[in-house]
Amino acid sequence: MILTGAEILWECLTREGVQVVFGYPGGANMPIYDAMLSYPVHHVLVRHEQGAAHMADGYARASGKVGVAMATSGPGATNLVTGIATAMMDSSPIVCITGQVHAHLIGGDAFQETDVTGITLPITKHNYLVTRADEIAQVVREAFYIARSGRPGPVLIDICKNAQIEKTEFVYPEKISLAGYHPPEHAPMTELQKAARLIAEAERPVILCGHGTIMSGAEEELLHFAVKTNTPVASTLLGLGAFPASHPLSLGMMGMHGEAYCNLAIQNADLLIALGMRFDDRVTGNLRTYAPRARKIHVEIDPSEVHKNVRVDVPLVGNLKSVLRDLIPVVDEQDHPAWLQQIAEWRAESEQRDILAWPDDGKLYVSHVVRDLWSITGGGAIVTTDVGQHQMWAAQYYPLERPNRWITSGGSGTMGFGLPSAIGAWFAHPDQEIWTVVGDGGFQMTQAELTTAVNEGANIKIALMNNNFLGMVRQWQEFFFEKRYSAVQMRNPDFVKIAEAHGVAARRVLKPEEVAEAIAFARATPGPVLLEFRVEQEEAVYPMVPAGADLDNMIRRPIRKKMAEGQPVAAPGAGD
Amino acid sequence: MSHTLIALVENKPGVLNRVASLFRRRNFNIESLNVGRTERPEVSRMTIVMDAAAVEARAVEANLYKLVNVIDVQDVTGQAAVLRDLALIKVRARPEQRAEVASLAGIFRGHIVDVAADSVIVEITGTEDKVESLIELLRPLGILEMVRTGQVAMMRGSGSGVRYTPGANGHNGNGVNP
Repeated sequence: MILTGAEILWECLTREGVQVVFGYPGGANMPIYDAMLSYPVHHVLVRHEQGAAHMADGYARASGKVGVAMATSGPGATNLVTGIATAMMDSSPIVCITGQVHAHLIGGDAFQETDVTGITLPITKHNYLVTRADEIAQVVREAFYIARSGRPGPVLIDICKNAQIEKTEFVYPEKISLAGYHPPEHAPMTELQKAARLIAEAERPVILCGHGTIMSGAEEELLHFAVKTNTPVASTLLGLGAFPASHPLSLGMMGMHGEAYCNLAIQNADLLIALGMRFDDRVTGNLRTYAPRARKIHVEIDPSEVHKNVRVDVPLVGNLKSVLRDLIPVVDEQDHPAWLQQIAEWRAESEQRDILAWPDDGKLYVSHVVRDLWSITGGGAIVTTDVGQHQMWAAQYYPLERPNRWITSGGSGTMGFGLPSAIGAWFAHPDQEIWTVVGDGGFQMTQAELTTAVNEGANIKIALMNNNFLGMVRQWQEFFFEKRYSAVQMRNPDFVKIAEAHGVAARRVLKPEEVAEAIAFARATPGPVLLEFRVEQEEAVYPMVPAGADLDNMIRRPIRKKMAEGQPVAAPGAGD
Repeated sequence: MSHTLIALVENKPGVLNRVASLFRRRNFNIESLNVGRTERPEVSRMTIVMDAAAVEARAVEANLYKLVNVIDVQDVTGQAAVLRDLALIKVRARPEQRAEVASLAGIFRGHIVDVAADSVIVEITGTEDKVESLIELLRPLGILEMVRTGQVAMMRGSGSGVRYTPGANGHNGNGVNP
């Protein structure tokens, strides 16, 4: 069959099961957009290519499939860059397809020419420059395989315009063979037995559950393993949902804004079993004092992560799901009553400090709003977030029972991620309830995608936490820069009017007693809805491990004294 | 300490850039990098010499495997390997000094490969130490220009170098984790 390169691209995309692509046309990808009209693929016209990359990312994380973003050459492609870097840091499988100038013009500074494979080299798992039509089928096949296999990640295909136009015989490669790409699957039995020995010897073990648990679909194996070895489970930001939050062995989130009892457990552990996580600085704090008495087992699919930040005693390199399946029969049942009792005591102390334990002072706190959202939605919504304080409160107060329902930019910390990733998640699960929790800063970075949501009829609900501050930077300035506020006060537009101008139903919420009704309104209204919560301006996220400090050196929320009637809550400051 | 790694990579455009970019991005300090063809037209071979602790050599190996175009990585440091460096050294030499240069080169099994009115080019192949020694002896005469290939390496017989990472790229690691 003789087809143009652009037609071959769509033939291949449909064979990969692609039903929706997020993109933006331009001079260098017009043949692709022309050919698209003949194929059963839904195209979502975004308002900025960054939105396309985040939507593809949100789609990928919610569906477990590969998300696809498209852009033209030059500025179209460079606008994708933030989204690609975000997907790279969080190992999210997306394929980005960019148009490039004619092959004979490359290197000549042609109009809208940018060295896109050069720019994206360090932020993609792999990338391709395609100069001929007959390369396209092979490259697309490889790109999807690379994106979703092993440690997943973004793959970019830069297709010269002549390759889109040229005609060639279309042969779909049924098989691909990559000489240098064989993701590991199983760890050697000798190493599994070493791990089993450490597990048998441990008295104070903790499982560190990361994103890899979710990416490999190993939540059942994790539950089985944790219960059999009676080991509590701490989660990274991106690992949330892999282990049921309501389970007695769940320790919630670790790290900079993790639960205090969780960080204390890690610091006092004698064995850490790290599952698909990479000991990021936000979860370890000071590496020199990190879990000083703990031996370490590291189950990881990417060998370059082993020993990278933390030296481990037993590395188990392989696919987490397979490794756990192999490991479970090798380990003996364990019991750690004294250790779990100790953790329970730490947990009880933490609960006293929890803002949920404070009496209602009439003010609107993000943590309260998120907890109300959790109760009203039965904890069952897909939640995406932006980046900042609201993200941490969402992580703390919307506990998850199931995986693939928590979509947030962890490694990259990309503001502007919340709204477009929610739209992407809606295309993965249009029948499910989807909320995005955003702040006033990040929301404005990709606010233009409100139009995309309206055009697509995306049934997403936006909880905008407006404190008129860049809250996390403000918190750092309060704690570490003597409260010298520099460029963090936000003079914002009227968000309700902004929403309404886009055709999005909106409500403003000023008081705690209005929260439930506003959430009910959002849930009852079809299509996108924005709720602006005017929240307490100078609230801080607790606990906090200052950057580079020891993990158990946390700034804690003070234990609250009995409140006098009508008195405002004592200003939260640096506690113990 | 110096570590010598052999990497087999796909012979495709841009692969050298991917490897070089990886070293820059991960802050690996490379002493020399040699790239050339092999017995298989679709495969190129790199010899990488780096000043690094064993831990870092292992990290380089693991990171190289993250590049889709990298097929195999072996550490031949301290192994039964043949290591060679080739240097061309242009030395200031008037006619009456040529014999001295030729005699020095001869001791090291080097050759004079070009003679000009006031200079000669010496070609020397050998281990790094041997090349260094000749350079030091020629230096007093005045080295006008010099080029070195950097090391190339090959295991003797049927041996292979150390592969640190069990599971990496389908290989069974035969090395002990440093």
